Amino acid sequence: MTERDQIQQVLGKISKTPLPAHASDSLFDAGVLDSFSLVDLVAGLEQKFGIKIPDSDLNPRQFDSVERIEQYLQSRR
Amino acid sequence: MAFIKAFGDYLPANIVTNEHLAAQLKCDADWIFSASGIRQRRRALENESIADMATQAGRACLQSGGVDTEQIGLLIVASGSSPRRFPGPAAETAMKLGLPSGVASLDVGMASAGALYAMAIADSLAGRYGNVLVIAAERMTEIAWREPADANIAILFGDGAGACLISRDEGRAEIVDHALHSDGSFANDLRLEHDGTFLMEGRGVILQASRKLPAALTSLLNRNGWSADTVDMLLMHQANQNLMNRVAQAIGLPQGRMFSVIEQTGNTSSASMLIAAAEWSRQQASLTNKRIAFAAFGAGFHWGTMLAQGV
Repeated sequence: MTERDQIQQVLGKISKTPLPAHASDSLFDAGVLDSFSLVDLVAGLEQKFGIKIPDSDLNPRQFDSVERIEQYLQSRR
Repeated sequence: MAFIKAFGDYLPANIVTNEHLAAQLKCDADWIFSASGIRQRRRALENESIADMATQAGRACLQSGGVDTEQIGLLIVASGSSPRRFPGPAAETAMKLGLPSGVASLDVGMASAGALYAMAIADSLAGRYGNVLVIAAERMTEIAWREPADANIAILFGDGAGACLISRDEGRAEIVDHALHSDGSFANDLRLEHDGTFLMEGRGVILQASRKLPAALTSLLNRNGWSADTVDMLLMHQANQNLMNRVAQAIGLPQGRMFSVIEQTGNTSSASMLIAAAEWSRQQASLTNKRIAFAAFGAGFHWGTMLAQGV
């Protein structure tokens, strides 16, 4: 399972709204995320990838698309 | 540690329902409730100042505590919506309350976490000043409803004032501990400019509050050997019902132990926690042995927690 698959799996657990067509599309604009499910997304990513995301990294734009989430996770390596 | 002797509050008479606000903002009344848990809020009269509302809440608190103005050693007034750069409303409130001439008053201008910070300061200064009257008063509708209003922000706010009397010697509950925190990394995410521009990056604020408040509460509980299920009531900043529910859930608070007035008052910024405390307190015949937790989070970001136990 690729990292993108794992991210999509986390998103699927917190939102019933289908993911947008492209990995670069906004998850907020697509209705997948809102202010409160964003909190669940961060917690889900921490659990899935075994990381602790510091509060200083919690910029909502960083998690606005599957592509941006991927880039963030890559920056943590 | 000092004691909490009494609470008081004041809400302007003018009620603004979701239906009324929805028509003004061109949004849906049911959406307002689902997004915030708010059904109505109060709006101050045009000539009703922050100091006026603070005075009313302060009087209610002094009356509840059976304390005269002559017995007050220090007044602290929290307000983030004060229209002047300086002075803040504290000295004017002291005058309107009729505190003896020369009694010190202090402004805490930090919006939503202001009442919690003021209570912690009062706890620390009560040993020197005796009775410290804490008041938080806000006119948020004037700011949040200013044209062009952002419905996501405007639906949340209301006007009002809350108060708490902290006493060195005796009261209904003893303050057990408190912890104050700040993080300036996101100072621009929630701010009121001097020209009246009000900006709130809601997603970021909720994300930060949802992480920082439960962590701070859990840390303070652990430090004092309390577990969440021994807390009888959580009195917190009434920011948004959905956020409050998340915080309570995150710390493992049993159902029914978080007191909320937001449905009737909206988010009154720093005043909200003390308005909730005053209403809850009126419903309690006795606080003896009751464990109370306070929590607030707001612009800055500043946040804080406090524990008190009924005596």
